[in-house]
Amino acid sequence: MNYELVCGLETHVELATKTKIFCSCTTEFGAEPNTHCCPVCIGLPGTLPKLNKAVVEYAVTAGLATHCEINPDAKMDRKNYVYPDLPKAYQISEYDQPLCRNGYVELASGKKIRLTRIHIEEDAGKLVHERGNTLIDYNRGGVPLIEIVSEPDIRSIGEAAEYVEQLQAIMRYIGVSDCKMQEGSLRCDVNVSVRPQGSDRLGTRTEIKNMNSFSHMTKAIQYEMDRQIDLLESGEDVVQETRRYNEETGCTEGMRGKEDANDYRYFRDPDLVAIRVTDDMVAALKAKMPEGPQKRLARFQTEYGLPEADARLLIDRRRIADYFEAAAKGTKNPRTVANCILGPIFSRLDSDAAKDEFRVSVSPENLNALVGLLDAGKIRKNLVKSTLEKMLDTGKPAAAFLSEKDLAGVNPDDLRKICEQAAADNPNAVKDYRGGKEKALKAVLGAVMKMTRGRANPQEAEKILTQIMKA
Amino acid sequence: MGKYGTIARLHELLTTRQISCAELAKKYLDAIETDNGRLNAYVKATPETALAAAEKVDAKIAAGRPIAPLEGIPMTLKDNISTAGIETTCCSKILKGYVPIYDATVWSLLKRQNAVLLGKTNMDEFAMGSTCETSRFGGAKNPHDTGRVAGGSSGGVAAAVGGNLAAYGLGSDTGGSIRQPASFCGIVGFKPTYGAVSRYGLVAFASSFDQIGPITQSVEDAALVYDAISAYDEMDSTSSGRKEPALPSLGNDIRGKKIGIAREYFDGVREDVNGAIRKALDVFRSLGAETVELSMPSLKYSLPVYYILACAEASSNLGRYDGIRYGYQTAHYTDRNDMVCKTRSEGFGAEVKRRILLGTYVLSAGYYDAYYKKAQNLRGTIVRAFENAFQKCDLMLAPTVPMTAFASGRTAKDPVETYLTDICTVPVNIAGLPGISVPCGTGADGMPVGLQLIGPKFSEAAVLNAANRYELAARESSFKAVKAGVSL
Repeated sequence: MNYELVCGLETHVELATKTKIFCSCTTEFGAEPNTHCCPVCIGLPGTLPKLNKAVVEYAVTAGLATHCEINPDAKMDRKNYVYPDLPKAYQISEYDQPLCRNGYVELASGKKIRLTRIHIEEDAGKLVHERGNTLIDYNRGGVPLIEIVSEPDIRSIGEAAEYVEQLQAIMRYIGVSDCKMQEGSLRCDVNVSVRPQGSDRLGTRTEIKNMNSFSHMTKAIQYEMDRQIDLLESGEDVVQETRRYNEETGCTEGMRGKEDANDYRYFRDPDLVAIRVTDDMVAALKAKMPEGPQKRLARFQTEYGLPEADARLLIDRRRIADYFEAAAKGTKNPRTVANCILGPIFSRLDSDAAKDEFRVSVSPENLNALVGLLDAGKIRKNLVKSTLEKMLDTGKPAAAFLSEKDLAGVNPDDLRKICEQAAADNPNAVKDYRGGKEKALKAVLGAVMKMTRGRANPQEAEKILTQIMKA
Repeated sequence: MGKYGTIARLHELLTTRQISCAELAKKYLDAIETDNGRLNAYVKATPETALAAAEKVDAKIAAGRPIAPLEGIPMTLKDNISTAGIETTCCSKILKGYVPIYDATVWSLLKRQNAVLLGKTNMDEFAMGSTCETSRFGGAKNPHDTGRVAGGSSGGVAAAVGGNLAAYGLGSDTGGSIRQPASFCGIVGFKPTYGAVSRYGLVAFASSFDQIGPITQSVEDAALVYDAISAYDEMDSTSSGRKEPALPSLGNDIRGKKIGIAREYFDGVREDVNGAIRKALDVFRSLGAETVELSMPSLKYSLPVYYILACAEASSNLGRYDGIRYGYQTAHYTDRNDMVCKTRSEGFGAEVKRRILLGTYVLSAGYYDAYYKKAQNLRGTIVRAFENAFQKCDLMLAPTVPMTAFASGRTAKDPVETYLTDICTVPVNIAGLPGISVPCGTGADGMPVGLQLIGPKFSEAAVLNAANRYELAARESSFKAVKAGVSL
């Protein structure tokens, strides 16, 4: 029998607000343990949470970017459970009145993955196991998260990966999160079930917790799908449970069954007041929202004439797309700008992390100036790449590497003389050209460029050569 | 009333230099030495803190600078109000050794006025109780009869203020914990509107009910302290601050004011207590107030609503005491889970455990709708009942407690019987209203009776004024002398 995957994702995204959700501690990653803490975020007796307004704004922006309805009257609830990384023994989250509902994310195929909800909540601390001891670092405790819950609309591993990539791109675009899976600022819980192809019933699902890389996620879904299919094929039932992915064995393992599920005893947090999102606030956030990745992809193709593959590589990260737009401003050669980024610049950024950072020693203004020289016919295309390499090495502008002679080009009288000389030097090519082989002109043009060491304007030279060789 | 060390009187003694602030503080500290063994009001004295503040005030007075009304006045805080550097345990074993690293907002406000903190006072464990006897340190005793309880949960503050071991103190009132012990000890206890005083730094029992307020020897003092601690606090999202200061309105005429009497408040009230309240009504009438008979049938749901919701919130609020970060930790355990279980089993007393279990139960899947949700809905009903009542009257009058102070040790046997004695105090917490208990004579047993005045939200000035009018009209007959503490 052929089986079909039915998959839904719960994605946790750490918001990039400067301070935590309920206190003014910094959210910065990577500090010494327990240095970004205060009485509020370690839940000392008597302390009270105070909702950071920026968290609401970021979450609403995320909702707007994913076509959600915004709840004008949201509230926060306590999710009670005991774990050492949770210092109050409850997580402040949103239970039945989330900020955003009923949105979707569109895949390249045009398929929409529906979003049930987006809600805000606080992150927990982190347990560190060291020499037989368990230590707790509360720096991450109280860092704001949004949880994005999708409907079970995903039908293949490819769709699952694309969905997460899309979410990542959208969240980065609107600037609400850096979505770094390796730092845990994007984590997924995956709900997986299978059913016979063509069936419209849902199978029993399992939930795989805390996927923190694309490759683990896709491997875990594949493994879990295969496992469930094997069970069904051998006449057994899939048990509803929570599982974890073991990175070493590549298998998923049962964590707890349905009957062991926590009863979180949700109730409205009496320490916090209702979250009112006014129409004015939504309108202001809408007005401030940058263009999304989908729109930009289309615009890069129409406005700049970029091939889709190139445009995709550029829009993937907002920083890079912004860089491209700044560098391509006003130029006649946007594709050259794209090639500069996808070629010399990308070859110096060898990891995803480096591309995320996008630290480039050449400012977009300097790249724009370099391409401007090409636009003005002051340099030839092949000089662009070699000059850019030198600029990248040193961080200096193009002018530092182009001599007066390079920039001055060749004056028209001289160019005519050189062209006549080149034609005289290549009688065979001239003969071929006159015999109808138009390509032969290129050989003569090559000779001109060689004689001028690339300084001649090739369009000008071609014009002159055509006159000479036709005569 | 020569013996009374009211704030106003002490302020006068200080400004007229009849006594230095340090001498005054020492007098109180000495009295604590002598009498606390009998009253068990204080669980921790803080002489260094007190004398350091007193010296600052003396320096100001010596320099001829004016001092604020609360400056240099010896006072106390209930042991659930956070004080940086001073152990704050809620009289629970589980918080043994816990020293806060920050001040509660109310304490920072008073500290700025150079309040002289004599120490932290006794209370029912985590404010859960009506006798102060669930305290790890045993209950505070009633200064009028040490064979009786001071009441609870703020029994220590009431015993200290009633026993002249502090001029005033701050307590917390979740279901009557300020008003009931004030009533038992023959002094004034004022619970402001929910939100008028910041809860930041008050160790939570039931967050949507808890409110800090003053316990004092006079209504004027209550107004003075209320004005000093009521302010909007950005650290508390539920804080709203006060509408107006109360002190300036004291002395306003109450002629023509309508005082509502809801008959449900008088069901099951002891005859002698009822008699004292009726007499007080005559005093109000003589002051020109009118009485209006009311019926509020939904008040009969007050106790179940209160115990369900308060316990639910408590079960969540007290989850954090796991022995990992602060406070008590069990000595022997096998693993993390065992450690948390043993710490909580050993660290919490029976009453706290009972309420955590009750609260956990009413929030559990399958029971939530039948208990928590229903209680929430009824809370709304009671809130509306009060709103309707205040369409017909300006203030309401009721007993604070249906009886006088219980004998020590009697109530621990039957917790439900004790819960029932909160019947007159919990409605105010359910509706978030201001309520005050003022002494109104004595019962047949010679113990003080308390009169409760209740107002609409943020009507503190009106409530305190009416209480002040009554107090001045009835003072001689309603106050009972105590042989304890500082004599001035």
